Amino acid sequence: MNPPLPPSSRYRLWPPRPALLAGLGATGLVLGVTAGAFAYAGGFLSPGRLTQTRIVDRFEAINGLHPGFRRNHAKGVCVTGTFESNGAGARLSRAGVFAPGTVPVVGRFAVGIGKPFLPDNETEVRSLALSFRPAGGEEWRTGMNDIPVFPVNTPQGFYALMAASAADPATGKPDPARLKAFLDAHPESARALGLIKARAVSSGFADARYNGLDAFRFIDAAGRSTPVRWSMVPLDPVVAQAPPPAGARDPNYLFDDLIARMATGPLRYRLVVTAAAPGDPTDDATVAWPEGREQVDAGTLTLDHVEAEGPGNCRDINYDPLVLPDGIAPSDDPLPAARSAAYSVSFTRRAGEEKTPSEVTVPPRPPGAASSETPRPATGG
Amino acid sequence: MNAPRFAFLSRLLHWLMAAMILAMLFIGIGMVSSLADYHWLLSIHRPLGIAILALAALRLVNRQLNPPPPLPADMPRAIRLAAHASHVALYALMFAVPLVGWAMLSAGGYPVVLYGTLQLPPILPLDVALYAVLRTAHTVLAFALFAVFLLHLAAALMHALVFRDGVLESMASLRPGRGGQG
Ligand code: HEM
Ligand code: HEM
Ligand code: HEM
Repeated sequence: MNPPLPPSSRYRLWPPRPALLAGLGATGLVLGVTAGAFAYAGGFLSPGRLTQTRIVDRFEAINGLHPGFRRNHAKGVCVTGTFESNGAGARLSRAGVFAPGTVPVVGRFAVGIGKPFLPDNETEVRSLALSFRPAGGEEWRTGMNDIPVFPVNTPQGFYALMAASAADPATGKPDPARLKAFLDAHPESARALGLIKARAVSSGFADARYNGLDAFRFIDAAGRSTPVRWSMVPLDPVVAQAPPPAGARDPNYLFDDLIARMATGPLRYRLVVTAAAPGDPTDDATVAWPEGREQVDAGTLTLDHVEAEGPGNCRDINYDPLVLPDGIAPSDDPLPAARSAAYSVSFTRRAGEEKTPSEVTVPPRPPGAASSETPRPATGG
Repeated sequence: MNAPRFAFLSRLLHWLMAAMILAMLFIGIGMVSSLADYHWLLSIHRPLGIAILALAALRLVNRQLNPPPPLPADMPRAIRLAAHASHVALYALMFAVPLVGWAMLSAGGYPVVLYGTLQLPPILPLDVALYAVLRTAHTVLAFALFAVFLLHLAAALMHALVFRDGVLESMASLRPGRGGQG
């Protein structure tokens, strides 16, 4: 130990004493380690790691940058209505939405592409996103697609499929060699894409069946957990999509048909919850559970108002699949956590951008047009 | 020797919050670059951040009731000023970072879920442009907090290793009472 320095000289830095050099060295070392650990935790030292930022960057690289729009499912329209719970879901989940009663809903129909001005076509995935908002209760958000299974079962698979199916700038079509290489490496995706291609496509948004695809867990009042998936099943009769006419289809035919259909009265869907049997995979969205699983009809969704995306309505909602009420919990499916992370990046970017009006517009209703409900103002807040 | 110390409650709050804030900085930076851990980390981040906000308020009250011990009499003005300024900055950030976190989730239309059915009310109406600004502010302020923390850590080590003036001991002590009276 050095002899104690006379008071006040202990703060002197010059001329440097041995203790000063040793202290500076130790301090520098501790700071370096702390800052290094922070950089490591933030992924700055692992550029190869797949992150939410890189996923959203790839959406932008493939689709171009469309300010203000979602990076995926970019072309859409807002709807509102109610969910009338019949109480049957309460047996599986203690969430407030499943108690008997009526809950306001803010939803969005969209097509599963990242380009907001692309003409509608027959093959696109159609989606329905919903936010259930029980008064004074906890919100439930979900995004569902009209496909029977999801093409991938991991975010890494999603990232690879995005690149493999991106249009080659030279041909405007995906490069078959790249796609084949992906499918060879991902047999689960080859199988799932086969099922998706073979699905019966409905004539439009109104008569499509929307599937949650990811597995979640319902927790009942006693704390018992049941692995589930859910779907919105249309009450409109399902009409098979006609083959495209000889002439070109109207570029917005899917949305125009939906808006015209809603002018004649509300859309209705049944919320069907499917419970897994022991052994059914909950971590693989490419695999459908076998037929014959227990199904619970939890109630009826009624959508009675449609409007273009705008301030404060569905445009400004992040349909994060992990905004869940108590009584619904994630499973070991890796997709919802990855979706939650990536949707947050997409939402944050589009929230900060200048808004471009959507391609989808809703014409004002002619006076006296048939409608069972009065249009309501946006309830986005 | 019975050198002056921070009151026991002040020391307890200081070290408890130091651990919590450091954990929050790592959880925050970790979750925004992790697909698998994002959700569960964020579900810790919200309640832990709100707990820091509440403890910061308690700590400010405690500081009025139990003022810090005097700094060593021979400490140069520049170091005193730096110490004071960094403590003001740390207090400001202990409030600002979690408040901005709560405000940004409010403006972004998210429910502010703490645990189970326990939720906080929004403190701002839905406004996504404001959400985007606050989201950036949360990052900038959290990084500022980390930077001031590093300076604070460096200062504490310098006090202990170079100046040897008892300042670290005034906070890093397990003895009860405030000392100083003999
Ligand atoms: C890791 C896999 C996935 C990634 C990276 C991904 C990415 C995205 C992104 C970035 C958005 C835009 C979010 C926003 O800005 O609000 C989006 C929207 C959407 N995704 Fe996914 N997605 C994935 C899997 C899925 C799955 C499995 C489903 C269906 C069950 C799904 C259904 C939807 C729907 C319905 C929307 C539109 C929501 C709306 O209308 O706002 N996605 N997706
Ligand atoms: C002392 C308290 C807090 C600290 C030190 C802290 C720190 C951080 C850090 C370092 C990040 C990553 C920023 C980036 O790299 O972009 C972050 C993100 C975030 N924080 Fe905090 N935070 C605190 C409190 C809160 C609170 C109270 C809330 C909400 C109630 C909150 C909500 C969030 C959210 C939602 C994100 C971003 C998630 C995303 O963008 O996907 N934070 N925080
Ligand atoms: C994020 C972490 C930390 C925060 C936010 C923080 C904050 C503060 C604040 C605001 C004070 C002023 C006294 C008060 O009102 O409580 C203080 C004092 C002090 N802190 Fe920290 N601190 C942190 C971590 C640390 C660490 C890791 C060390 C030591 C290695 C340390 C050592 C000290 C010492 C020695 C004092 C007394 C300074 C004096 O007497 O003026 N702190 N800290």
